[in-house]
Amino acid sequence: MNGEANTIRGDAAAPAPITSDLRLSVNKDVHPITVDTRETLLDTLRERLDLTGSKKGCDHGQCGACTVLVDGRRVKSCLTLTVTVDDREITTIEGLAGGDSPHPLQEAFIEYDAFQCGYCTPGQLCSAVGMLAEAQDGWPSAVSEGDGPVVLDEEEIRERMSGNLCRCGAYPNIVEAIRRVAP
Amino acid sequence: MRPFGYQRAASTRAAVEAVGAGDGAVFLGGGTNLVDLMRLGVATPHTLVDVTRIAPATIEETAGGGLLVGGGVRNGELAAHPLVRRRYPVLSQAVLAGASGQIRNMATVGGNLLQRTRCSYFQDVTKPCNKRQPGSGCPAREGDHRNLAIIGHSESCVATQPSDMAVALAALGATVHVEGPGGPRAVPMPGLHRLPGDQPQRDTVLGPGDLITAVELPPLPLAARSRYRKVRDRASFSFAVVSVAAALEVAGGVVRDCRIALGAVAHVPWRAETAEAALRGAEATEAEFTRAAELELAGARPLPGNAYKVPLARNLLVRVLTDLAEAP
Repeated sequence: MNGEANTIRGDAAAPAPITSDLRLSVNKDVHPITVDTRETLLDTLRERLDLTGSKKGCDHGQCGACTVLVDGRRVKSCLTLTVTVDDREITTIEGLAGGDSPHPLQEAFIEYDAFQCGYCTPGQLCSAVGMLAEAQDGWPSAVSEGDGPVVLDEEEIRERMSGNLCRCGAYPNIVEAIRRVAP
Repeated sequence: MRPFGYQRAASTRAAVEAVGAGDGAVFLGGGTNLVDLMRLGVATPHTLVDVTRIAPATIEETAGGGLLVGGGVRNGELAAHPLVRRRYPVLSQAVLAGASGQIRNMATVGGNLLQRTRCSYFQDVTKPCNKRQPGSGCPAREGDHRNLAIIGHSESCVATQPSDMAVALAALGATVHVEGPGGPRAVPMPGLHRLPGDQPQRDTVLGPGDLITAVELPPLPLAARSRYRKVRDRASFSFAVVSVAAALEVAGGVVRDCRIALGAVAHVPWRAETAEAALRGAEATEAEFTRAAELELAGARPLPGNAYKVPLARNLLVRVLTDLAEAP
């Protein structure tokens, strides 16, 4: 997996980029923007809109550091082409807090020391927000048994958060922080 | 990544026409596999035709008691649907066993069926691969094939089909509804995917412009007692090493009917018809389950590095059937 294929190169021999004019709704702000069709939502957020909270880890949908919410559902912004989401509402880590008040999950991550280097944390938080909404909607996971309401114990949280890696290994505290916020 | 055009199809017909011309346009669903393959240089479409706004995204009951699942339904929605969970638990479990929460929210039902193999040679453009570049060779036979096919492979390709959902659909005998340049048609599962033969570049029987509009689940009362079990290298967010989808109906200690498919063993979701035939009318005992599994796997031709998958598949199948037989 070298990084070269990810780079949009501007050499003269390369075919001309194809662009699209669109309006992107991020954290309730609408941004008129011209994007290369190859641009991922992650790159648009970070490089064009200066929303650098979402992180690029693997850039292959495997680590979860780029997780954002699209219409309230968690997705990987590194696998989302920006041109595909101009009619969606995007929420990033910068949009989770209400004014000066951190989101309850953000407070819990601080209280339970749920990170070390912090690189995966924005993705963990956006993923946890989406995961709690899925559980609220009664969505099962691979470890759920029966048809009853979802009970977010440690096993459920670990399974439902498996799309977010933490190379510092802060998992025990991440699970604990989420458990404290889960109903 | 090569520059590409992007268009949002206004209708199914328009999407089929845009891709059916065969000049390098492809359908875009959730993009979880395609966008990655484009980034790796494996896929180089000149236009993406986004079908997520027009592909049906509903799950409806059919007159006969089955379900019609729109091709645009997201995987997460499919797994959570109450009727899917009640009537076809094997399907809900299979979908939930695959990928991660984020990817299941993006991936569509149609796209899931058409995802490409995760064989490492296929995904690495610096290596030969008959599937990616016909005629270039297959290094997997002599190289890393630990998690590749044990059944139905050919000299030219030993890749496996990676979808968990497809294994459940093959067991259930689902019907894939396709809209193509020649009009609508129905493709049975199994039967959508094909063995590699000497054309490993073709994963399925679909041609350019064939769009999966829906997957129909037949009325199948025995599927209420069904399950999916997946062996993998880590407990979550990992492709199968071997998986089993099975439904079992037992009366008076005898197998009345069953449906069985194996995953991650072949270029197709492998419907275990030999084992099914051996089990119908047999006693629902571990000994009979073992006999049926061994009959099914008698045709396995493992490579040196993946022979372990044969006993693994046998043991997993026996365990799943035993659990189903003993379930209250």
